[in-house]
Amino acid sequence: MEQYSEKVMEHFRNPKNVGEIPDADGVGRVGNPTCGDIMELYIKVDKGIIKDARFKTFGCGAAIASSSMVTELVKGKTLEEAEKISNKAVIEALDGLPPVKRHCSVLAEEALKKAIEDYKNRQKDV
Amino acid sequence: MRVYLDNNATTPLAEEVKKEMADSAGIFGNASSMHKDGMLSRNLLEKARQKVSSGLGCSPDELIFTGCGTESDNIAIQGFLRGTDKKHIITSKIEHPAVLNVFKYLHNNGYEVTYLDVDEYGAVDPELLAGALRKDTALVSIMTANNEIGTIQPVKEISERIREYSKDIVFHTDAVQGFGKTDIDVKKMGVDMMSVSAHKINGPKGVGALFIRKGVKIKPVFIGGHHERGLRPGTENVQGIAGFGKAVEIAMAGMKEKNEKTGRLRDKLKEGIIRSIPNIKINGHPETVLPNTLNVSFRDVEGESIIMMLDMEGISVSTGSACTSGTLEASHVLLSIGLDHASAQGSVRFSLGVYNNEQEIGYVLEKLPGIISRLRDMSPLAKKSECK
Repeated sequence: MEQYSEKVMEHFRNPKNVGEIPDADGVGRVGNPTCGDIMELYIKVDKGIIKDARFKTFGCGAAIASSSMVTELVKGKTLEEAEKISNKAVIEALDGLPPVKRHCSVLAEEALKKAIEDYKNRQKDV
Repeated sequence: MRVYLDNNATTPLAEEVKKEMADSAGIFGNASSMHKDGMLSRNLLEKARQKVSSGLGCSPDELIFTGCGTESDNIAIQGFLRGTDKKHIITSKIEHPAVLNVFKYLHNNGYEVTYLDVDEYGAVDPELLAGALRKDTALVSIMTANNEIGTIQPVKEISERIREYSKDIVFHTDAVQGFGKTDIDVKKMGVDMMSVSAHKINGPKGVGALFIRKGVKIKPVFIGGHHERGLRPGTENVQGIAGFGKAVEIAMAGMKEKNEKTGRLRDKLKEGIIRSIPNIKINGHPETVLPNTLNVSFRDVEGESIIMMLDMEGISVSTGSACTSGTLEASHVLLSIGLDHASAQGSVRFSLGVYNNEQEIGYVLEKLPGIISRLRDMSPLAKKSECK
């Protein structure tokens, strides 16, 4: 398999924003053990801005690095900006992922989209 | 500190093998040539053939050298089938890809294949196999020992069941993992063909061998000259083969004691893991298992992450997780012994070698619990199992 970039290794070694947010405003859970990875993304939103993001991930080095990176990318962004973060943006920020690991970045994008969707649904219920 | 515990993948060259290969490096003649240069190479080749065949318990004229274990498997299976019209073949679900993928290929090309189930420890039931034999069964291929979980198959019993049914069915075993780690004797085991490889026993890469019992007819898979009875044409890798001969010679000397020592270290590792890490499962047979192999599932964490973290601490191991295979499918061996996907994804294989020592095992036991607990803190699955 292709080597991981130094950036991926950095985020694997010292992942940012690990954990849950007990009073999260939105939670996105994606993946299953059959495909190898499970990702949970928690967001805290204030006045349309993502103030905090945390993750819990069962997965390989690329999955952990992608989770860590996506939480870094969304912090401080408006929901509209965050919704536009694609898996490509995650790959670029990580200085690339081996082809067989690209699905990990897709999972990160999906987890983020689901967390935002969850936040929006909760707003409707109020 | 580097601790190498991936000896089922490959092993380091033994010093004696390095020396043997260095000594033979100047001998360059083509072993097929009539002149003295050719003869010197031929002598090396035949000396090595003596040593390897003595390690397998066969006669030198029953052994051909090949490029690797995979090549031996292909020549044995495909080569035999080219000489028969029978279209039914049998193997197990936990074979190495070098056998399993050959069977899948044959399956797609007109052969009927029975893939035998294994029990929760990865063992093939000889009775189950006996029940699968048919009038049109051409060949059975069951590995001597499994590369991922180390389970040793009842090869002798399997052979007896086959013989009871028919004298014509050919029995091949891939002994690449078993050779040097468990008793190998083609006669006692009752096999017709056996594949072995040099680099799993501290020999060089790029050399394998295939035992073909006298009387078993196989046709070439590679077409070319007369080398190795026309079954593996191409100028022989004399230097590598000389290294293989030396590797077998040293592996056979004091094999029992070496395996006992490796087994003690493996047990120390196993007991240490059981003592210090909760929520684990030991995969493979508890007793009928290679002395060097330990396969463990760590619940709620993924194998590649574990091996990456161990690697950062200087420890080399491997995993049955899909994430390292590039196929996105977890180990077929672990799924076949009944593991769920999450447990298969979280499996790590520790495979020891003749050069490991107590201190290294102690070092692994010092690093591993922290790594598992760190990854469990990151895992969304861990909290769920706590609730159970």
